[in-house]
Amino acid sequence: MSARFVLATLCLAAPLASAADPVEFNRDIRPILSDNCFSCHGNDASHRKAKLRLDIREEALKKEAFVPGKAEASELVKRLFLTDPDEMMPPPESHKKLTLEQKELLKRWVAEGAKYQNHWSYDAPRKAAVPSTDKAIDTLIAARLKTKGVAPAAEADRRTLARRLHADLLGLPPTPEEVDAFVKDTAPDAYAKLVDRLLASPHYGERMAIGWLDVVRFADTIGYHSDSARNVWPYRDYVIRSFNQNKPFDRFTLEQVAGDLLPDSDQEAKVGSGFNRLLLTTEEGGAQPKDYQQRMLNDRVRAVGAAWLGQTTGCAQCHDHKFDPFTQRDFFTLGAFFADIHEPDIGRREEGMLISTPDQVKRLAELTTEIAQAKKTLDVALASLTAAIAAWEQELAEEGKPAPAAEKTKAKAKRKDVDAKLAAQAAPILKKPADKRSAAEKNILRDYYLSQHPEALKAERDAVVQTQKTHDAFRAAIPRSLVTYKAATARTVRILPRGNWMDESGEIVKAALPHYLPQPKYEGRVPDRLDLAKWLVARENPLTARVVMNRLWAQFFGIALSKNPGDLGAQGELPPNQALLDWLAVEFVDAKWDMKHMVRLIVNSEAYRRSSVATPAQTTADPYNRELARQSPYRLDAELVRDNALAIAGLLAPKIGGPSVKPYQPDRYWENLNFPVREYKADKDDSQYRRGLYVWWQRSFLHPSMLAFDAPSREEACTDRTRSNIPQQALVMLNDPTYVEASRAFAARVLAENGADDARLTWAWRRALQRSPDAKELGTLRKVLTERRTAYKADPAAAKELLKVGLTPPPAQADPAELAAWTHVTRVILNLHETLTRD
Amino acid sequence: MIPPELRAALTRRAFLGKTAQGVGGVALASLLGPAASGAPGVLSRLPLPQKAKRVIWLSMAGGPSHLETFDPKPKLAEMHGQPMPESFTKGQQLAQLQGQKLTCFGPQHKFAKFGRNQIEICELFPQIGSVIDDVCLIRSMTTDAINHDPAHMFMNTGSQIAGRPSMGSWVTYGLGVESEDLPGFVVLTSLGKGGQNQPIAARQWSSGFLPSKHQGVQLRSKGDPVMYLTNPPGISRDAQGGDVDAIAALNLHRDKVVADPEVATRIAQYEMAFKMQASVPKLMDMSAEDAKTLALYGCVPGDGSFAANCLLARRLAERGVRFIQLYHKDWDHHGGVKEGIAFKATEIDRACMALITDLKQRGMLDDTLIVWAGEFGRTPMSQGGSGRDHHSKAMTVWMAGGGIKGGIVHGQTDELGYAAVDKVTTVHDLHATMLHQLGINHEAFSIKFQGLDAKLTGVEPSKPIKEIIA
Repeated sequence: MSARFVLATLCLAAPLASAADPVEFNRDIRPILSDNCFSCHGNDASHRKAKLRLDIREEALKKEAFVPGKAEASELVKRLFLTDPDEMMPPPESHKKLTLEQKELLKRWVAEGAKYQNHWSYDAPRKAAVPSTDKAIDTLIAARLKTKGVAPAAEADRRTLARRLHADLLGLPPTPEEVDAFVKDTAPDAYAKLVDRLLASPHYGERMAIGWLDVVRFADTIGYHSDSARNVWPYRDYVIRSFNQNKPFDRFTLEQVAGDLLPDSDQEAKVGSGFNRLLLTTEEGGAQPKDYQQRMLNDRVRAVGAAWLGQTTGCAQCHDHKFDPFTQRDFFTLGAFFADIHEPDIGRREEGMLISTPDQVKRLAELTTEIAQAKKTLDVALASLTAAIAAWEQELAEEGKPAPAAEKTKAKAKRKDVDAKLAAQAAPILKKPADKRSAAEKNILRDYYLSQHPEALKAERDAVVQTQKTHDAFRAAIPRSLVTYKAATARTVRILPRGNWMDESGEIVKAALPHYLPQPKYEGRVPDRLDLAKWLVARENPLTARVVMNRLWAQFFGIALSKNPGDLGAQGELPPNQALLDWLAVEFVDAKWDMKHMVRLIVNSEAYRRSSVATPAQTTADPYNRELARQSPYRLDAELVRDNALAIAGLLAPKIGGPSVKPYQPDRYWENLNFPVREYKADKDDSQYRRGLYVWWQRSFLHPSMLAFDAPSREEACTDRTRSNIPQQALVMLNDPTYVEASRAFAARVLAENGADDARLTWAWRRALQRSPDAKELGTLRKVLTERRTAYKADPAAAKELLKVGLTPPPAQADPAELAAWTHVTRVILNLHETLTRD
Repeated sequence: MIPPELRAALTRRAFLGKTAQGVGGVALASLLGPAASGAPGVLSRLPLPQKAKRVIWLSMAGGPSHLETFDPKPKLAEMHGQPMPESFTKGQQLAQLQGQKLTCFGPQHKFAKFGRNQIEICELFPQIGSVIDDVCLIRSMTTDAINHDPAHMFMNTGSQIAGRPSMGSWVTYGLGVESEDLPGFVVLTSLGKGGQNQPIAARQWSSGFLPSKHQGVQLRSKGDPVMYLTNPPGISRDAQGGDVDAIAALNLHRDKVVADPEVATRIAQYEMAFKMQASVPKLMDMSAEDAKTLALYGCVPGDGSFAANCLLARRLAERGVRFIQLYHKDWDHHGGVKEGIAFKATEIDRACMALITDLKQRGMLDDTLIVWAGEFGRTPMSQGGSGRDHHSKAMTVWMAGGGIKGGIVHGQTDELGYAAVDKVTTVHDLHATMLHQLGINHEAFSIKFQGLDAKLTGVEPSKPIKEIIA
């Protein structure tokens, strides 16, 4: 099939908005009905008015809501145009108002036969015909652009492309040298090679992890009330590792939802199953177990709904969903899949499973062997004591009673208690004839003997104690992580009227999948969590691949294809380019859920590589860039704002993985935490310079620098971060010691370069922005430098004060006034909109 | 794009005559419109007359006992020590008392009558009693939650699920910000000295799914009043201004190439931050308050007390801050409610009176709505012989100013103070009332979230408490 033919076909298939074209239910009508009518005439039976539902055609016809083809004779149309408050629709008390255009559209729809369509995301996605896999994205975008008459932007310059790729794939800026090399590389595959190099970087997994940690609501603390810590950081490493190893997304899903139930469950899968433990829990004193059992069920249903299904399930806790077919029964049956998770309802979580490396497993086994050997040696030695014990027994008999030695110190007093106990146990045994004593009794006598003779077999006994100690210390240092265990008995799940956990009159339900979605039959058995996991990534599930690709798209274009990634239901958005989203979804499944393959397809597309500078014509034609004629510039995510500054300053500690870190934080920021009162202790080593995704995630008081840049608290799944621009961001960038120290360290780097002021200013500018400053830019920087230089020379004490900020000492040979003045230059550079923006 | 006159002004400032005062003569906010401070809200026309322009919400965190504050129960005193009649409690949700033997626990303090309507309140609060004619007691308030954290969430956001905007965010979102150099929603916290300081999470003043600029900004009495407000050591205000100017000039210059509307916003926000660095310390500096005022509140400025925060709240109100929320903690009297409440009274009684009196004498009480509320009430049953457990079925809140009738009592609880029985009100009603006084119809004030028209007042029917509106 020729490309030309494909384009022509697509143009015909593409949605058309002109008044001359037929009305299309999903595109034109469902959004109006859903937003204005379904609340009273939709899926929720308990709130349905006049027993009329408009979400199902047959039902609407039964109640004679409209006569297909005859708008004038249709009650629905008539009501739209009435003004009598008792008759008009929607009624005034709903505070819903239709525009004249919407009314006319509904009228036209009825006149054209009132045709319905299934909701787009509940039908299986299909691949549109495209010339090749590599060209698919651009073909499908071009088809839309042509109908819209929007001309695509030119490719961005190479420097911008390198910056963009680094931001999107690694979350770290390129060095000017890397950009130069890329700019100079004239090979036709230079770009593709760069993509492959970045995809192979271990920082790729870190970048990809951020979005996933948002949707699974990963945090270091429990959330409610005391917001105490819990052990989960190995789960973060698991996520990073999974992206780096390009673990197929279906396996990634299976491990997280049901890693404990997999036939080949291993430590990796179990750590992944920590997903089930990431929810909010409480340690509050007055908490009721059943209340929190319910909260946890709700929490999990909402999380699965957001992360995999793109369905807003929360409202169905109390009543059927008003806009989507998701019912209250679906809510509780979906929750019932998780009723087998072994966990306390309230109170402290357990320490979690030991998460050991192969080396640690080996070492632990060695240490266990050493204990066994020491014990064996001791056992052999003990056998040689028989004669000595018999002799001692004789002595005791002569003295008439067991007599513990007198001891004085406190530690010894404790020891004495043990001895006294042994003595008491030994006394009756001693009265028995030797051949009537049981093995256990003999052991007691032996232990008593040993307690009275510390010098006997001292080396052998010490060896047992010591090997045990070594073993225990080694084991205690191995990280732990909360994972999922199946409970012996699953919790009972019932439908709770109005979501009220105290009302136990509702029906008891078993696990079942949402009734309106395609699913396998589980003949004769109730499906379990593993079945749920498998269904989430089954080909017949129309949602998961779309949901995941929709979110992935947002990482590379700033906005998802269907703009509310958490809601692909009736109140979500029919994606303007549904063909594109559907193609990506099917390709993802066809490619065996290969994430890097999808990333590669996206970033190699022409659409991705376009300039983000909008022409006035583009802005007018498509203000939100939904048709992708250009790229979009946007501010870096919270974590990356930090990473970017640390990397430019040369401070970044690039280590991958490990426990959460604690950057500088204002004193008493945690003063409103309690039970117990906690003091924040900022790290004093390299951990201070780790990437943002490792920052300690205290749900109730997220680090203020992260919060200022819209990092979510992760109490609920976050599928789409807001991207605000607020004064607190300026305060962070200007005054947070992290950024002050970064400026200072950056300045020290600049001073290590030889050259006159202008050469150094240029070097600094290029380090951050990978381009040379123009004359004006250079002039502004020079002015900052000379003014600050004069001021600090006059006030060297101020310079020294500034250089004290942060852990890293300034270079010993540096002139404080000079370094301080340069710190202002670098600070200005780190604060630039361009530095903070991926464009 | 940046308006040419702003470009000219900023360029002139950065390259010709730098001033330490930021924008100097240029009214940046007016040039930048909604991106800057003093921004209007989404409600351009208010459907109702605006009686209150701002709110001061006094959150008594921990859950004050209504039975030792504002709800007299002689019958409970009579029944002290007797079993709690099962007809009251059967099948109901309690917190720590669930499943235990329930015994009536009489009010631990005497009540006295105040004001022209001889309203009875606990005698530990004579100062509030002295202004009771300006106060409306709602004795029939109820809530949905009985643990601190969910109950705070419910009181602040109308939902027990995290991630919803708090009421201060809703109000600034709707009505906008009046102040040119202060945030529209400010939070102050003070610790009680009694030791039961329940944690308060920052989510209580989160903007949830509303834009982040509507989040509450915590002002602290110790350290930086706002996070990262103070310049780094060694950087003077002049030097800071110079850097902010240079950043603006470079951003402007780059905008010629990238034409990104976010650039203008970024410049405005840096200016706002720079202004806040001056305005907030000025706000916190109480040296201009005369001795009489300090005596009225009974506080030492900057001591971090509830009284000092009340005075600060008045200063914020004067500067046009829209929503001021004070948290005062340590009301969680599971034990020792007698001594506990007596102690709390010393911390808040005079301060509450002072706030009402001070606003009144400045002519600001009429358009400032004060709300005093915990997150729940407490049981009429004893806990451990000297305390009371959390309780959702009855609590007293009070309001003053902002077009609310003074000197009245609305609703009542049963004879033991267990449950609201007359004119039962909900947290959503309280929110609806507050919005009503601000000129907002709570049912029509919504934003799309997860497909719903999400409202502060939730999905269940609720209504403003008409009887208490003047």
